[in-house]
Amino acid sequence: MKYILLMNGKKSDFEGYARWSKEDLQANVAFMRAFSKELKDSGVFVASEGLGWPNEAKLVRAGSQGEPITDGVFPESKEFLAGYWIVDVESPEQAFAIAARLSGAPGAGGKAGGMPVEVRQVLSGHSDLGL
Amino acid sequence: MSGSTPELRIEHLLRELAPQVLGGFARRFHDFALAEDAVQEAMLAAFRQWPQEGIPENPRAWLIRVASRRMTDMIRSETARRERETAITPEEEPAIGPAEAIEADMDPEDTLILLFMCCHPALSKSSAIALTLRAVGGLTTAEIANAFMVPEATMAQRISRAKQSIKASGVPFGLPRPQERRERQPAVLHVLYLIFSEGYASSVGAQLQRLDLAQEAIRLTRSTRALLPEDAEVAGLLALMLLTDARRTARTGPDGELIPLDKQDRSLWDRAAIAEGTALLTLALSKGAVGLYQLQAAIAALHDEAARTEDTDWPQILALYELLQRVSPGPMVTLNHAIAVAMVHGPARGLERLQPLDSDERFRGHYRLDAVRGHLFEMLGDFARAVEHYRTAAKKTTSLPEQNYLMTQAARLEEVRKEPNGKRIGPA
Repeated sequence: MKYILLMNGKKSDFEGYARWSKEDLQANVAFMRAFSKELKDSGVFVASEGLGWPNEAKLVRAGSQGEPITDGVFPESKEFLAGYWIVDVESPEQAFAIAARLSGAPGAGGKAGGMPVEVRQVLSGHSDLGL
Repeated sequence: MSGSTPELRIEHLLRELAPQVLGGFARRFHDFALAEDAVQEAMLAAFRQWPQEGIPENPRAWLIRVASRRMTDMIRSETARRERETAITPEEEPAIGPAEAIEADMDPEDTLILLFMCCHPALSKSSAIALTLRAVGGLTTAEIANAFMVPEATMAQRISRAKQSIKASGVPFGLPRPQERRERQPAVLHVLYLIFSEGYASSVGAQLQRLDLAQEAIRLTRSTRALLPEDAEVAGLLALMLLTDARRTARTGPDGELIPLDKQDRSLWDRAAIAEGTALLTLALSKGAVGLYQLQAAIAALHDEAARTEDTDWPQILALYELLQRVSPGPMVTLNHAIAVAMVHGPARGLERLQPLDSDERFRGHYRLDAVRGHLFEMLGDFARAVEHYRTAAKKTTSLPEQNYLMTQAARLEEVRKEPNGKRIGPA
C-alpha cells in the first residue's frame, strides 16, 4: 500500500527556515539525504519532490474562454506544501513510523524540527469488491 | 496467452527455463543469492541477444554458460574484494565447472524448492511476492517494478533484501521435510493467490500496459500443479483463478468502471477458462480433503454456471459458505456468508448476520462491511440508509475504481429517491 507524506508550512514557517544558521541548514540537508537513502535501501521508496518557494505560488482558474487567470494573493494562514514523499509499505504503522522519522528532522537551533507530517493513503487501481 | 511473435516466444521460453537453471545453480553452489543474480544477468543477456541472433539450439545450455561466466566473475570480484581487505593472495581460482555438468544436475523438483524458498515465512508478503516473480516466474526486476508501479531501484532493493533474509535464515537449498512442507504450503499458495488478486485489476492498470500479474499467477500455479499433481488445494487454487479470471472482460465497462457480478454481460465470460476450471475442480473435489481454495472455486463455479443472474443457485452457494466458515473462519467469509443468507432468506436476515462484524477488531471499519450493508439496505428498500452506507464505504476504500463505483451507487439511489414516480419503498 502506498502512502504520501506531506510536509506543509505557513509562509511564516518558510520565512523562519530562510533564517536558519548554516549549521542548522547543513544538518537538515544531511538528514534529508540520509533519510532518502534509507528509504531507497529499504525498498519502500516510490517518489519524492521538493517544491519551490510559496512566494512563487499562483492560483489558476479557467476564464470564460478557458484561458488561465492567475492570482497570487493567499491568506496568511494558508499552508503550503513544501515537499512530499511517496512510500510503498506493508501497513499504515510502517508509514507512520517513516513520517515520525521525517518529523524528527533537525530544525533550528540544533533541535528536532517536530514539523507535522500529513499522511494520506494513495488510492490503488485494483479492486477487491469480490466481483 | 496468444500470439507467437519471436519476442513473445523468447519471453515464454526464458520464463520457463529461468527457475530450472537457477535451481541447478543454487543447489550446486549453495548460494541462492549469488546464483539468482547470475541467472538474472544471463536472462537479460538472452533478452538482448536472442531477438537478433535467434534462439540458440540448446537455449538452456546457453543460459547456463552465460550464467556460469557471470558467476565466476562475481566470485572473483568478491574474492578480490576480500583480498584487498585482508591482503591475502589467492590460493586457487574459483571453480565453476563445465556448463554440461551443471545441466546434468538439473532437477524438475528445483522449481518447487525455489517456490518454497521464495515464500519463506521469514519474508514479508511484498518481498515474497517480488522474489517469487523473479526467481520462479523468471521476470525481470523492471517488469516487476512496473507491475507494482514502483521505481526499478526500489524493487531491486526489495529483492536483494529478501535474498539476504533467506541467506541469513540459513535454509539449505532443498525441499522441506514432509511435516514442514505441510505447514508451509498454505503460505506458498497464499503468495500465489496474492499475485493473482494484485493482478485482478480494473482496466485502470491494464491501460498502462502493465505486466499481467493475474496471468503470471495462473502460469505459476499451473507449474506448481504440474509438480504437485496430487494436491487438491493446488488444483483448487488454479480452478479458483481460472473461474474468476474468466469474468475479467465483463468486469469493467468502457471507461474502466466496475460492473458488479449481477450486471455483467455473461456472454463475455471466457467459456474455455470456465470449462477448464470446472474440470479441475471436479477432479480436486473427488480427492477427499476439501480446503479453502476448493470451496471458493466451487462458489465461483456456481456463479459461472448460471446463464442469467436470476438462475444463480444461491442455496447451494449458501451451503458452501457455511462449509467455508468451518474450514477457514474469518470476517471476510462471514461477510460473504451474510450476502448468501440475504439472497436465500431475504436482506433482513443478511443484515442480522453482519452484526457480529461490528465488534470484530480485525474488521471494524472495513469499507466492505459498509458496501455490503449498502447493498442489503437497498434490497430491503431502505434507500436512505443504503445511500449512507455506500457513501461511508466510498470514503473508506483505498481503490479508485471502487470509490467511483460506490459513489455512483449512492448517486443512483439518491436519484431514485427523489423521483416522484420512482419505486419509493419505505423501510420494510
